[in-house]
Amino acid sequence: MTKKTKIKDLTDEEFLHYGSLSCAGCGAILAFRHVLKALGENTIVINSTGCMAVVMQMAVPKIPYFHVLFENGPAVMSGVEQALDILGKRDDANLLVVAGDGGTADIGMGSLSGAVERGHDFIYLCYDNESYMNTGGQRSGTTPFGAATSTTPVGSVIKGENRPMEMRKDVPEIMIAHNTPYVATASIGYPLDLIDKVKKAATIRGPSYIHVFSSCPAGWRSEPKDSVKLAKLAVQTGFIVLFEHEDGKRTFQHLPKKRKPVKDYLELQGRFQHLLEDRETIEKMEEFVEKRLEWIQR
Amino acid sequence: MGLEKHEKFIMKAKSTLVFEPGWSEDNLTGAWRSERPEVDEEKCTNCDICWLVCPDACIKREGGKIEINLKYCKGCGICAEECPVKAIIMVREESD
Ligand SMILES: Cc1ncc(C[n+]2csc(CCOP(=O)(O)OP(=O)(O)O)c2C)c(N)n1
Ligand code: SF4
Ligand code: SF4
Ligand code: SF4
Ligand SMILES: [Mg+2]
Repeated sequence: MTKKTKIKDLTDEEFLHYGSLSCAGCGAILAFRHVLKALGENTIVINSTGCMAVVMQMAVPKIPYFHVLFENGPAVMSGVEQALDILGKRDDANLLVVAGDGGTADIGMGSLSGAVERGHDFIYLCYDNESYMNTGGQRSGTTPFGAATSTTPVGSVIKGENRPMEMRKDVPEIMIAHNTPYVATASIGYPLDLIDKVKKAATIRGPSYIHVFSSCPAGWRSEPKDSVKLAKLAVQTGFIVLFEHEDGKRTFQHLPKKRKPVKDYLELQGRFQHLLEDRETIEKMEEFVEKRLEWIQR
Repeated sequence: MGLEKHEKFIMKAKSTLVFEPGWSEDNLTGAWRSERPEVDEEKCTNCDICWLVCPDACIKREGGKIEINLKYCKGCGICAEECPVKAIIMVREESD
């Protein structure tokens, strides 16, 4: 990563109006705020349906912004990009698609895959709150093992999401497999790192993909005040690995030197409470996290 | 008889139609708050971390002073939690 942004370098200008309907302590809107600070006012946003699109009702963004279907953000952006190209205005604006994990890993996967394969020049931001939060917290392709959601409740036999730990959809890796010129992961716990990555993505020709881990106090049943802390803990426990992937090479940011126990992260969230006394599962999670950290740094 | 039905429909529609253009800043989200952040200026080192992490952009940092916009602050408490010197405390809002 070339430039390291400092807090004092950031603009005081805000690109969202007050009064959005996001819950107190929403991680997704915090990510959106930071991304817009990184890109500035010459930005066109296409927002797939999900919490962000819904809380942006009543003209919250101060920049050109369109709320599109749950599934078609990248397809709409392909058209916007082509139109600007024909007008000779392609370099006049940053093009940003914002979508949730459901809109990205599940229903919008085909649309994203197609737009990336066609090589359109845009930035795709997935804010991952690990469920379909806008419609009441149903599980998604990125819901982690063990998480209780409205469609994977804790019962007497099955306790929360129970597909094998390693089978969660890993969208950044899917994007790397597309040879996407720039792929990065970020977390709202490290806003300056996110901002650096978005600025970098804006300089890339062709598609770039940024996956930002965004806490959701309503869906995770966590304290609103813990949203940023949890997003740091996810990285410090190794659940989330922050990296950039470019030219076939991966570089890491904020890798934990001494990894914290996964319980530090789990215990602050209602969705994981049933696991806290389950020593066997916690042990399996520690192993999984270790193995994945090893694999990703291979 | 037919007209009566029509009037009933209009009455119903009036309760759901929007006659005035609105925008988000009419939503005074500060009303959601049960606790309010208070800054201790003596302790504050002007590091701007609270400004950076407020999801609702309710903190101003201009002029070397931290100011909280209580009209929209939702009282999430992230600013207090993340302040490295604990210069922000959350105080219970009194009901009136
Ligand atoms: C085709 C279609 N199916 C279902 C819906 C209902 N729907 C709207 S948003 C949403 C979930 C969004 O989840 P995600 O993308 O993770 O965003 P989040 O709400 O978590 O921010 C669903 C199921 C829809 N709008 N369109
Ligand atoms: S449900 Fe979660 S993602 Fe949606 S607005 Fe609330 S906190 Fe944000
Ligand atoms: S309590 Fe939350 S909304 Fe209010 S100023 Fe602090 S961070 Fe912002
Ligand atoms: S985080 Fe604390 S010390 Fe830093 S500017 Fe805010 S109140 Fe002051
Ligand atoms: Mg989601």
